[in-house]
Amino acid sequence: MSTTTPVTTTPPLVAEKPSAAKVAKKRLSSPWASLAAIVLAVLWTLPTFGLLVSSFRPERAIKTTGWWTFFSNPTLTMDNYKGVFGGDGGVNLANFFINSLIICIPSVLIPLSLAALAAYAFAWINFPGKNILFLMVFALQIVPLQVTLIPLLEIYVNIKITGTFWTLWLSHATFALPLAIYLLHNFMREIPAGLIEAARVDGAGHVSIFFKVMLPLLTPALAAFGIFQFLWVWNDLLVALVFAGGGDEVAPITLQLANLSGTRGTAWQLLSAGAFVSIIVPVTVFLLLQRFFVRGLLAGSVKG
Amino acid sequence: MFNTASTTPEKILQMLAALLLFAAVMGLILFIAGRFGGKRGDRIVAYLYLLPVVLMLGIGLVYPGLRTIYQSFFDAAGKAFIGFDNYGTIFSDADQLTVLRNTVFWVVVTPFVATAIGLVYAILVDKSRFESFAKTLIFLPMSISFVAAGVIWKFVYEYRPDQGNVKQIGLINQLIVWLGGKPVQLLIESPLNTFLLIVVMIWVQAGFAMTILSAAIKAIPDDIIEAARLDGVNAWQMFRKITLPSVQPTVVVVLTTIGIATLKVFDIVRTMTGGNFGTSVVANEFYRQTFNADNQGLGAALATLLFVLVIPIVWYNIRSLRQSEAR
Repeated sequence: MSTTTPVTTTPPLVAEKPSAAKVAKKRLSSPWASLAAIVLAVLWTLPTFGLLVSSFRPERAIKTTGWWTFFSNPTLTMDNYKGVFGGDGGVNLANFFINSLIICIPSVLIPLSLAALAAYAFAWINFPGKNILFLMVFALQIVPLQVTLIPLLEIYVNIKITGTFWTLWLSHATFALPLAIYLLHNFMREIPAGLIEAARVDGAGHVSIFFKVMLPLLTPALAAFGIFQFLWVWNDLLVALVFAGGGDEVAPITLQLANLSGTRGTAWQLLSAGAFVSIIVPVTVFLLLQRFFVRGLLAGSVKG
Repeated sequence: MFNTASTTPEKILQMLAALLLFAAVMGLILFIAGRFGGKRGDRIVAYLYLLPVVLMLGIGLVYPGLRTIYQSFFDAAGKAFIGFDNYGTIFSDADQLTVLRNTVFWVVVTPFVATAIGLVYAILVDKSRFESFAKTLIFLPMSISFVAAGVIWKFVYEYRPDQGNVKQIGLINQLIVWLGGKPVQLLIESPLNTFLLIVVMIWVQAGFAMTILSAAIKAIPDDIIEAARLDGVNAWQMFRKITLPSVQPTVVVVLTTIGIATLKVFDIVRTMTGGNFGTSVVANEFYRQTFNADNQGLGAALATLLFVLVIPIVWYNIRSLRQSEAR
C-alpha cells in the first residue's frame, strides 16, 4: 500500500517536437543506451517466450531437448493444449477456467459498487465521526490478508458456506474495500463542489446526485479499479487455497496450476500449456485496457 | 443457493443469484436513502451508504485481525495460553531462523534491484521511438499470476543430471554447460535458491517500478531540463543532478510499495520449491504451520509478525510523503 503517489497521471502533452539535429545528436550519443535497453527487454521476455515455444512442442521433444533447438528442428503440435483441456489427464483446465470467471465477476462488481457508495459518503456528506471512520478504513489497507484467514474460515464454517463460491466472493469483496474506498474517494474529491451544490439547489437528493452527477464522471476511476481488482482476483492463490482448497468445484485456475506444479512438476507439456491458458485472460485484459490499469497503479498502490 | 454448485449451469445460476441478491440490497439502501432529505437526513444517508462497508470490514478484517493476534498467544491446538512462546520459537528455532533470514534477503534485495532496473529502463526508453512497446514488454509480467511466473521460471531453472547424452532443457543450466561448467541443481542449492526465487519477484516488480518512475520522469518540468542542457551537462550529471532529485520522493514510494508486496510473497515460493530446501519465507511458513503442520498458534504468530513488519515500512512511507509535501 502506498498513499498519494506524488506523480501526475498524464504526462505533459506539450513536449515540443525535438528538432532533427537534436534527435541525431541523441542517437549518436546513445547507442549504448539502446543496447542496454534491448538487452533488458530480451532478458525480460526470454523466460516467457521459452515456455510459450515449449507449449507447442511434442512432449518427448520438450523433455529431451531445450526449447531453443525448436528453431533448428521445428515440430508443432496442439496436443499439450488438448491435454490440459481434456478430462482424461486429470487436469481439466476448462472447468477451473470457468470457476475463475465465476469467482471474478462478483468479486469485482460487489466491492466496486459498495466502495462507490461509501466513498461518496466520505467525500460529499458531513456526518459525525467522518474523519475518524475514514482514517480507520484507510489504515485497514495495511492489514495483511494472512492475519484474517483463519478466523474468517471459522466464521464460514459456522454459517455453513465452506466450499462454495460465497466464501471467495465475500472474502475478495471485503479485502478490496479499503483500497477501493480510498481511491474512489480521492477521485470524487476532485470533482468540483459547485457541480454538487448546483444539483442540490435544484432539489436533487444524495441518491440522484450519486447517479446523475458522480457516476458518469467516475467511469475512468471505476474502470481503473475494476481492472486492478480483476487481475488481483484472477491471479490470487492464497485466498483460493484457504477457502476453496478442498474441492475442484470452486477452485480457480491458479490453484490447479499450482497443484500441477507441485504434484507433476516435471510434466512440462502440461505445465507449459496450463500456464499459458491461465495467463491468456489477464494478459488480454491488460493489453486492451493498459491505460486504465496504469492509471490505477499511479493513483494507488499494491494491496494484499 | 448456498450449496456447492458443481455443474457449469449451476455455477452460473448461483453467480446470477448472488448478483441479484446484491443488487436487491443495494436497491433497498438507495430506496431508503432516497426518502431522506435535509440536514438531519444527510447523516442517515451517509450511515446507510457506509453500513454494508462497515459491517464487512468489521466482520471480515477487524475482528479476524484481532482474533489472530489473540490466537498467537495460544498453543498449537489454540487451547492453552502460552504467552510469547510462539514468538520465542520464531526467533530461536533453527528452521524459523532460516525463514527469517530468507525474508530479510527478499525484502532487502527485491525493492532495490527492481527499482534500480525500473528506473534505468525508464530513462533508457524515455522518448524513444519504441517507448510504449518497450515498456509493455517489461510491464507484462505484472499482469500474470505469481503462480504462472513461478512455472515460467521453474522451467528456466530446470536441471537434468550430468550424464551421457542427457541434454539440459533449462536455459540457465544450458548456458552453464555451454560455458564449460557442470549443471547445477539450481532450486536445491541453498542459499542460492532463495536468490533465484527473488529474481522472479524482481522480474515481476521491475515493471511496476518502471511505470511509476517513468510517469515521474515525464513530470519533470521541461524548462529545468532545457536549462541544464544549455549549461552543457552530460548524461550522468543530468541523471545525478536533475532526474534523481526530482523523482526521489517517488523512488521512496516505489521502494516501500515493493517492499510490502515482497514481505507478503507466498505464491512464488510455494509454486517453485514448496518452501523446501531452505527457501521458506514468513508468508509461506504461516501457511505451512497453519494448514500443514496444524500449529495454529505459531501460524497466528507468523501472521502477526507479518503485520508488525509492514507497519514500519508504511510509517516510513507516510513520513517521507509528508516531508516531500512540506518542501
